[in-house]
Amino acid sequence: MTGRGLKVLALAAALALAPVHGGLKAQGLVADASRHLVAITTGFVGTEVLLFGATEGEGDVIIVVRGPARRVVVRRKGRHAGIWVNDAEMTFRDVPSYYWLASSKPIETLLRPASVDRHGIGVQHLRLAAVGKVDADDLAGFRAALIRNKVLNGLYTVRPRDVNFLGQRLFRSTVYFPANVPTGSYTVHVFFVRNGSVASAQTVPLTIAKIGIGADVYRFAHASSALYGLIAIAIALLAGLFAGVIFRKA
Amino acid sequence: MQIYLPIAEISLDVFLLFAMGGGVGFLSGLFGVGGGFLMTPLLIFIGVSPAVAVASEANQVVAASASGVLVHMRRGHVDFKMGSVLLAGGIAGSSFGVWLYSLLRAMGQLDLVISLSYVAFLGIIGSLMLGESVRAVLRRGRAGAARRKLHQHTWLHGLPFKIRFRKSKLYISALLPLAIGFFVGILSAIMGVGGGFIIVPVMIYVLGMPTITVVGTSLFQIIFVTANVTFLQAVNNQTVDVFLALILLTGGVIGAQFGGRFAGRLPGEYLRLLLGAFVLFVGAVMMFTLVVTPEDIYSLGGGVG
Repeated sequence: MTGRGLKVLALAAALALAPVHGGLKAQGLVADASRHLVAITTGFVGTEVLLFGATEGEGDVIIVVRGPARRVVVRRKGRHAGIWVNDAEMTFRDVPSYYWLASSKPIETLLRPASVDRHGIGVQHLRLAAVGKVDADDLAGFRAALIRNKVLNGLYTVRPRDVNFLGQRLFRSTVYFPANVPTGSYTVHVFFVRNGSVASAQTVPLTIAKIGIGADVYRFAHASSALYGLIAIAIALLAGLFAGVIFRKA
Repeated sequence: MQIYLPIAEISLDVFLLFAMGGGVGFLSGLFGVGGGFLMTPLLIFIGVSPAVAVASEANQVVAASASGVLVHMRRGHVDFKMGSVLLAGGIAGSSFGVWLYSLLRAMGQLDLVISLSYVAFLGIIGSLMLGESVRAVLRRGRAGAARRKLHQHTWLHGLPFKIRFRKSKLYISALLPLAIGFFVGILSAIMGVGGGFIIVPVMIYVLGMPTITVVGTSLFQIIFVTANVTFLQAVNNQTVDVFLALILLTGGVIGAQFGGRFAGRLPGEYLRLLLGAFVLFVGAVMMFTLVVTPEDIYSLGGGVG
């Protein structure tokens, strides 16, 4: 990892030191990821991806990684006749299935509140819209619960001071994807911040996909579910009969 | 060694799963039960979603029952006629059960119904078993207990559509095994069990079937009922994890062999006493999870779309 990291940094340095072309000058920022495809194979236990880049001039960097948007149902339990039962629920749409925020300094010292809100930076500023008519008092509780549970599952993370600068222009940060990471198209937003507002931004695509036997099994189970069911039964029957025969001889 | 389970969508330790299969297999060999009622709660406990746990466990029970039924078939202890009637009810019941399962899941009440079913049935069966075996242990030593009648005649014998089951020496209404099969089929789909721990006592005490044909016949029908559950869960919910089922059943078959050998060393009533206590214990743990104040009263449901 470090060897690769160094190579990547060397590349970033070369980019930064190269004669300034139009694109870089206008953007004031270049950024990339050490890989654009994270493969979930049978041995997958979570992985890290290195994000790196260079800025033009001094400033700070905020990195936001978002997973594909999903619809999430949040349920609340209440006590009825001595047992805990789900008795209320609220559905949120366009909830990022994964959210990672890293910055070179704490967000509140970098950005003015208006900018934070406009760019939706930080879990408290996510636009989580409830479906249907909801009670305003309830909404706050359900919204907080959604974020709290996502943080607990390791899917929402905030890491102030986790973007490291080497010198004044090269930066790097490591994003971690846990074993339960949802698959799909991710976006990495890199913000270059100067004087309390976003000076420029860049988006890097990232895909998380299942690869290998596990992925084939998953696809097969969804595409031809009837045949998958029959094969599952056949495997179980054969394994059972096989075991029965072996252990009779033993 | 961690393995990523493609349908369950989590990474679990292969050796942990293997040990769970072996442990539950040992108990099932020891007591002569399927073990689904232990495995499903264990899977949920280690983080497998209830949907995947129930469906994959049904798939594993297919294998466990298939390996168990062979011995009984060879000895001629399977009443195929009775098994087929139970099975007809079981197929209808388990199909209804899978439908009910999907409905409850959408309503967000699936976990509650699974827990309540466990509390109710494990509580009832465990208490009955414990009571019966304690009486048997107390009777032990008092020799020459009076020979009982084959079975008592009740209103159940007045029901229509009577069929003669030669192997089981019964002449009863087909509605009885049909209804039993239907009921256990529903439980099989919702609780992820074969249902042996319910169907065996019911066949003995309600139908009055001779004990010798009960286990083989119940295993015979459980194969097909759990196969039906596996198929319907695969089609409707895509929640059957073949990898998970395979690891569990490998451990399970080996454990069952050791359990079976161990069983011969203990007298029957002590075995039933132990099993009764164990079943009650699992029921009590389930009850505890319902009553104790949860750490977070909020929980996240399925993220679809």
